[in-house]
Amino acid sequence: MKNKKSLAAAASVATLTLLLSACGGGGSSEGGGGGAADEGLEDRGPITYVQGKDNSGVVRPLIEKWNEEHPDEEVTFKEQTDEADQQHDDLVQNFQAQNADYDVVSVDVVWTAEFAAQGWIQPLEDEMAIDTEGMLPATVASATYQDTLYAAPQHSDGGILYYRSDLIEEPPTTWDEMMEMCSIAEENDMGCYAGQFAQYEGLTVNASEAINGAGGTVINEAGEPTLDTPEAKAGLENLVSAFESGNIPQEAITYTEEEGRIAFQEGNLLFHRNWPYVYNLATTEESSQVKDSLGMAPLPGADGSGASSLGGHSLAISVYSDNKATARDFLEFITQEEQQRFYVTQGSLAPVLESLYEDPELVEQLPYLPVLRESIETAVPRPVTPFYPAVTTAIQENAYAALQGEKSVDQALTDMAASISQAGS
Amino acid sequence: MATRLAMPPKGKKDPNSKLHHQAAESADRRAAAKNKWASILIAPTLILLGIVIVYPIISGIVMSFQNDSGLDPDTGLFTDGGFAGFGNYTGWILQQCPAPGGGTVACPPGTLESQFWNATGITFFFAAVTVTLETIIGFWMALIMARTFRGRGLVRAAVLVPWAIPTAVTAKLWFFIFAFQGIANELFNTSILWTGSEWPAKWAIIIADVWKTTPFMALLILAGLQMIPGDVYEAAKVDGASTWQRFRYITLPLVKPALMVAVLFRVLDALRMYDLPAILTGGANGTTTLSILVVNQIRQGFNSAAALSTLTFIIIFIVAFIFVRFLGANVSEGSGVIKKAKVIK
Repeated sequence: MKNKKSLAAAASVATLTLLLSACGGGGSSEGGGGGAADEGLEDRGPITYVQGKDNSGVVRPLIEKWNEEHPDEEVTFKEQTDEADQQHDDLVQNFQAQNADYDVVSVDVVWTAEFAAQGWIQPLEDEMAIDTEGMLPATVASATYQDTLYAAPQHSDGGILYYRSDLIEEPPTTWDEMMEMCSIAEENDMGCYAGQFAQYEGLTVNASEAINGAGGTVINEAGEPTLDTPEAKAGLENLVSAFESGNIPQEAITYTEEEGRIAFQEGNLLFHRNWPYVYNLATTEESSQVKDSLGMAPLPGADGSGASSLGGHSLAISVYSDNKATARDFLEFITQEEQQRFYVTQGSLAPVLESLYEDPELVEQLPYLPVLRESIETAVPRPVTPFYPAVTTAIQENAYAALQGEKSVDQALTDMAASISQAGS
Repeated sequence: MATRLAMPPKGKKDPNSKLHHQAAESADRRAAAKNKWASILIAPTLILLGIVIVYPIISGIVMSFQNDSGLDPDTGLFTDGGFAGFGNYTGWILQQCPAPGGGTVACPPGTLESQFWNATGITFFFAAVTVTLETIIGFWMALIMARTFRGRGLVRAAVLVPWAIPTAVTAKLWFFIFAFQGIANELFNTSILWTGSEWPAKWAIIIADVWKTTPFMALLILAGLQMIPGDVYEAAKVDGASTWQRFRYITLPLVKPALMVAVLFRVLDALRMYDLPAILTGGANGTTTLSILVVNQIRQGFNSAAALSTLTFIIIFIVAFIFVRFLGANVSEGSGVIKKAKVIK
């Protein structure tokens, strides 16, 4: 009787092993090649395009257009959620599973290095190369890892300084100038400046901008921290002392993009750092108090215009794709002028082609384009490192502690540097 | 079930009596057939449990002894981290991170490792405070709901509303309430940075959690209260026990089994708390719980995250063990109330 029992147990264990090895087996047989990056370069056929939720309705019309022109190489659209973290995790899972159905994927500029270092995305060289002529250099730099282009810039994004044109005649070009103008805010009983200072990705953007704007850098090309400089210190110090003096109102420590935008729209802020999307909302939303007094300028720096953090997305080809020739053509299609123009007009997404920023027709529709161009031209990509998640945690934690006054600026920068070097080891 | 079926039939076997022998043999055969059937019927469940529970746990433990992939400085590509021993565990428990030149250094602030003990502390703090408050308020709500009055059904349904709302939605609602220009500050005419400073952030999370899960407590306690036979109270009244005495010596001991199970469930739940702090504060201001830390670590390296989830698993397991073993939370036997009621009678 005991035998029977153990037999049943053995049978279930055997079944279990069988099932599990079946799952594992699929992976190893595919991965055995190891040279997935060299396969399927010439092949054409239907592909899938993966990106986060298409809020502005740009992707479907573009894909329809492509499909009309290429009936044998149809593109299917797979839409992810609109949460960046979830998009990232979804991509990671599918790359790990070596899913051939994720042919072309849209990657946030900060993920490029990680995916490239994992060997998940196709280097765009030799027959896979695309033409980057005429693209904004910063967008190309953000798609490059160790001197190799891994993705085609899709659309860009940069920070803009919004200000109240009814109260400020000439926008400030330097941080110090802006701080001097804070007396105007005081007279009008409003907050002076705010960006995004809650402890999340937005703080990494703002802290890096402060450091870059003051002439410092966060990390170098080898991925080592470079925060031990007077410039880096001055940058973070700017934010900390503005909090202390009240030039940045205390509630800004809870601000993400939306809280800041609403405070600015309600007339509670004189200056506000945010992304281009604010323009449409601030000029059209009924509750907006700044419809007719919305000014836009590049971010202020130490002397002259500052350095925005670069946002945006690029298109990458999965190394596990079966139809890479089609995928490459699709990348080229998206970066063509006609499609880039559609990104601006339909989705208010900043194009990657320099020429479009001067197009009179577009500028009339979106007056922030020249300012945005200046912002993106001087933009510094956020730290390009395969360990981005660890680096951004290091920046957020320590910058937040400094802004809260829990740490001195020196201590925060020392800890930030130490934990960034920890990320790479 | 399985063991009971597998037991050999207990019968006196008399080898001299043929009849007895035959009877015993056929009983044996019947039991064997039954047993075979039982195994076949149970097998799918076992296999399913194996796939969804045993395999992930073992695979997680195996992963936790591997290093996270590092960068090959020549190619710039990730390479396998190799065997780590207890490296991932010491990283969390002893706060020792690998130093660039070999050996280890204390993990600098800004790494996830350095947050481990803070996260453990705050997780237990949240569990202790929220469960205490929920038990007290839940008990009170249950006592009210147990009475007979007009509109009792309505009250019971209304009490359930907060619990029926998905936690993520609750968290977002409270996020708006606790915004700087939100209702909370407006109502009390204060300007507290609810999500932007140490203690208010903790209280914001506690308030939201208590609001949401007290109904759960109340319902479980109510179920316990309704198991208490009314004649016990009548007898006590006849003996002249005061209201307090009736509560102290009848209600409390008789509801204790149900109460302990409810508390156990809530404690285990609270130790896994993720969504409320993740949405309300994003883990800022010392509100990073163990679960938030695990999710953050997943983005930085699976293997180290596997070690952390194993640690979390062990911690929660120990707490559950203490509850069941020493505090008498008995999850498997539901008849405790009646048994004890009889003893008292």
